[in-house]
Amino acid sequence: MSLLELNGIEKRFGSVEALRGVTLSVEAGSVVGLVGDNGAGKSTLMKTITGIYQPDGGAIRFDGQEVTADTPGHIRSIGIEMIYQDLALAPQQDVASNIFLGREPTKTLFGFIPGLIDRPKIVAEAERMLQRLGARVPSVLSPVGVLSGGQQQSVAIARALTFGPKLVIMDEPTAALAVREVDHVLDLIRELKRQGIAVILISHRLTDVFAVSDRIVALRQGQIIADEVTAETSMNQVVSHIVGS
Amino acid sequence: MTTAPDAAPKPRQNRFYFRIESLVVLVVLCIVMTLLSPFFLSTSNILNILLATATIGVLAIGATYVIASAGLDLSLGSVLGLSAVFGAFLVDRLGLPWPFGIVGALFAGFAAGYVNGQLITRLRIPAFIVTLGMLGIARGLALVISSGQAIYGLPSELVYLGQGRPFGIPMPVIIFFLVAVVTHYILAHTKYGKHTLVIGDNEQAARATGIQVERHRRSLYAFSGLMAGIAGLIFMTRVNAGDPTAGLNYELTAITAAIIGGTNLFGGRGSIFGTMIGALIMGVLQNGLNLMAVQSYYQQMAIGAVLIFAVWLDQFNRKVATR
Ligand SMILES: Nc1ncnc2c1ncn2[C@@H]1O[C@H](COP(=O)(O)OP(=O)(O)O)[C@@H](O)[C@H]1O
Ligand SMILES: [Mg+2]
Repeated sequence: MSLLELNGIEKRFGSVEALRGVTLSVEAGSVVGLVGDNGAGKSTLMKTITGIYQPDGGAIRFDGQEVTADTPGHIRSIGIEMIYQDLALAPQQDVASNIFLGREPTKTLFGFIPGLIDRPKIVAEAERMLQRLGARVPSVLSPVGVLSGGQQQSVAIARALTFGPKLVIMDEPTAALAVREVDHVLDLIRELKRQGIAVILISHRLTDVFAVSDRIVALRQGQIIADEVTAETSMNQVVSHIVGS
Repeated sequence: MTTAPDAAPKPRQNRFYFRIESLVVLVVLCIVMTLLSPFFLSTSNILNILLATATIGVLAIGATYVIASAGLDLSLGSVLGLSAVFGAFLVDRLGLPWPFGIVGALFAGFAAGYVNGQLITRLRIPAFIVTLGMLGIARGLALVISSGQAIYGLPSELVYLGQGRPFGIPMPVIIFFLVAVVTHYILAHTKYGKHTLVIGDNEQAARATGIQVERHRRSLYAFSGLMAGIAGLIFMTRVNAGDPTAGLNYELTAITAAIIGGTNLFGGRGSIFGTMIGALIMGVLQNGLNLMAVQSYYQQMAIGAVLIFAVWLDQFNRKVATR
C-alpha cells in the first residue's frame, strides 16, 4: 500500500477542465518530481490533495485513510504539508507566528484564563527550526513582509517541517532563489528522504528534479502523460513529455 | 540566530501593538485643549470625556475586530439604536423584569450581527453591502418598535448601569474598561485573535493552514453586533430611554477611532489598546469642540475629515515603508 493514492481525480473551474482523471501514487519516503507546462494542472492537483479545492470526481487515500475533500486543517493534522507557490504567508505577522500559523500552542493565564498563545515557546521553537534549516532570517520577530524572497521561502519551509509531516509537497520552491539557496533546498529534500519523509517536488528546473527524485511524473492538460523512474529516463524524454511532441 | 547580510529593518517590539503616533496625537491634543480652555483638565470634564468615549469606544472595539479581518461593519450605529430600543421595549412596554433590558439589548445587537455574518459568508454578498443594508434595516426596525418615539422610564436597576457612580467612576466607563481589557486579551493573545488578524492579512494563507475562515468571519460579525448591543445598553441606561435615533452616524466615529488607533483598513493589523487611544482622541476632540462652543454640524465635518486624513497618512506611511 502506498502512502498517498490518487484515483481518477477530476477538477473543473467553470468550463476549464483542470484535472481529467489523475491517478497517481506516492510511496513512503520517496521523492516524486511533478513536471508539466504552465497551466497543466500541477498546482490544482496538489491543492486538491491538501483540501483547498474539492475534487469533482475521484478519491484520495492517505496512510490507508479516505481523505477525499477533507478540510485543510485535517489534512495537515494527518501529516501532509504543502509549501505553496505563493508561499501562503501572512505578511504583517512575524516569522514565529507564521511558522505556527493555525497550530499555535496555548497555555493558561494565571492558572484559570485559557487560550493564551504560548509566545515564548513559539519564538524559541521557531528559532530552533530555522537554525536547524540553516536559514538566514534576521529575527523571528520581523514581520514576514519585510523579508527577501529567499527568507520567506525559508519561513514557508520551516512551517511545513515543524510538525513532523509524512509527506511534503513543494510547489516551485526554488523559483525565487539564488543558486546557493537552491542547492540548500535540494540538500533538504535528500535529508527528508533519508528521514523517511515523502516529497512531491514541482519544478520547472529539470536538473533539480533529476538531482533528487526517484520518479518523474509528467502532467499535460490535466492528465498524466508519463510516470517514469528517474534513473531510467532522460532529460530529452521528459522535455518531450512536457511539450507533447 | 544568524544575521542576514542585507540589514532588514529592526522589528518593532511593541507589547501593546499600537501606533505610537496616535499616543503622541492624544497628548498633543490634550495640551492644546488645556491651553485653550482652563476647564478642560477638571475632574468633572475628564469624567465627561470618558463617559462620552465609553459608547463610541465599545462600538470601535467591534469595528476593530471586523476591520482587522479585512471586513467592514457599517451597521454599528443603527444596531446600537435597535438594541437600545429593544431593551427598553421589553421592560417598559412589555413589563418584563429589568434583567430583560440587559439581555434584550445584547440579544438584539448579537442577532443583527449574526444575520450580517450569515449573509456575508453564506450568500457571499460583500460586507459593505450587507452592513449598509443592515444600517437601514436596524434603524427602521428601531423606529417601528418604538413607533418613532423614545421609550422613556426604565427601572432604577437599569438606570444605575448608565448613571451609577461607584467610587465616583461612571458605570459606563467601568463597563467600557472591562470590555476593553477582555477584548484586548482576546485579540492580542489568543488563537481567536491571531486568526482574526491572519484572515485579514492573507485569507489564502489562513485557509491553507487550516483556519476555518468562513466560520471565523461569521463569528466576527456576531461579535461586532454584540459590541453594538453593549453600546446600546450603555446608551439606553445613560439617557434613561430607548431612543430610536440613538447612535445615528456613530459608525463614522467608531471606524475613525479604530483607524487612528492603528487598525489597518485593509486588514491584518489592529489592537484594542490602540483603538482605546483612538476613541479617546475622538472623545477629546468632540469635548474640546464642545467647550469652544463649536456647532455639532462642524463636529461631524471634523470627524469625517479626521477619518480621511488618518487613512491617507496610513497609506503614505506604507508607501514610504515599502520604498
Ligand atoms: N482558482 C481557479 N479558478 C479558475 N481557474 C483556475 C483556478 N486555478 C487554476 N485554474 C486553471 O486551471 C488550469 C491549471 O492551472 P494550475 O493548476 O495553476 O497549473 P500549473 O500549476 O500546472 O501551472 C489552468 O488553466 C488555470 O487557468
Ligand atoms: Mg502552479
